[in-house]
Amino acid sequence: MGFNPFSLEGKTILVTGASSGIGRGVAVACSNMGAKVIINGRNVSKLQETLSLMDTEDCSMIPGDLTNTKSLDTLVASLPNLDGIVHCAGIGQRIPCKDLQIENVDCVMDVNFKAPVMLQAELLRQKKISKAASIVFIASIASWSPSMGNAVYSASKGAIVSYANCLALELAPRKIRVNCISPAMVWTDLILRDGIDEEQLKEDENKYPLKRYGKPEDIANLAVYMLSDASAWMTGSNVKLSGGVS
Amino acid sequence: MDLNEFIKNFAEQFDDTDASEITATTEFHELDEWSSLTGMSVIAMAKTVYGKTITGKEIRECETVEDLFNLVNSK
Repeated sequence: MGFNPFSLEGKTILVTGASSGIGRGVAVACSNMGAKVIINGRNVSKLQETLSLMDTEDCSMIPGDLTNTKSLDTLVASLPNLDGIVHCAGIGQRIPCKDLQIENVDCVMDVNFKAPVMLQAELLRQKKISKAASIVFIASIASWSPSMGNAVYSASKGAIVSYANCLALELAPRKIRVNCISPAMVWTDLILRDGIDEEQLKEDENKYPLKRYGKPEDIANLAVYMLSDASAWMTGSNVKLSGGVS
Repeated sequence: MDLNEFIKNFAEQFDDTDASEITATTEFHELDEWSSLTGMSVIAMAKTVYGKTITGKEIRECETVEDLFNLVNSK
């Protein structure tokens, strides 16, 4: 084989939200590229399904709810040192601005913003992140591209992008890199929620210049690049991955 | 669940449509102000007022306000 700057051999990588969707795709791709992968999610049986798609000898799971900040320190304590983290855990929501209740705002911000921020803080406090590691956040084009009913979701993704920019600056002295991926629509359970159904989505899919929504693998391949040494000079970036839509 | 109460709550989702225009037999998709956003508001209303979950597809399959009432009532 020889020269392969995209290899993840010898790297230990944590993937959150790995029970389905983009997280599952990222976990499987990292395993295929030779990494030791630790997957996290709330649903044990779905995590087991993800594990069955991976090279299980080198991979393991740590189930847990990241929004439960009380158990976060024990969860982090059980982790080995990490060369990469991909924050994929997230939820969607479609509620018009005028109908928003405080619970709606909390539930999205807790999962999409507070949980990754507090996990990241705990990982740093417990010195679990190796020098020159790579941290990736799954954001969304929603942070700059509005759609009906998507206000809080969009805001949560905008918040994580702004956070990641500062994290990149703070971790640069240790050559730790921080980047975001902003996908357009990807076929996962997340987009099939709250008033949007498959029929409407297929109609929308046709408006994409490349004539399709993304697949989890499309996102996973960019995550692999960001985790690998091939992207050693990339930090503080937010890469749009969208099949051509803006 | 009370039909008249539901009609009142449904009419509340509109800003420029007079409540008197909305009755049990109104074909709500034909209302000028009806849009996919109103549909999302109806989904939110079903959830917050009645604690019921309905989908956009199910709303599209309803014709009258009473159909919508029956949908929410059946959940």
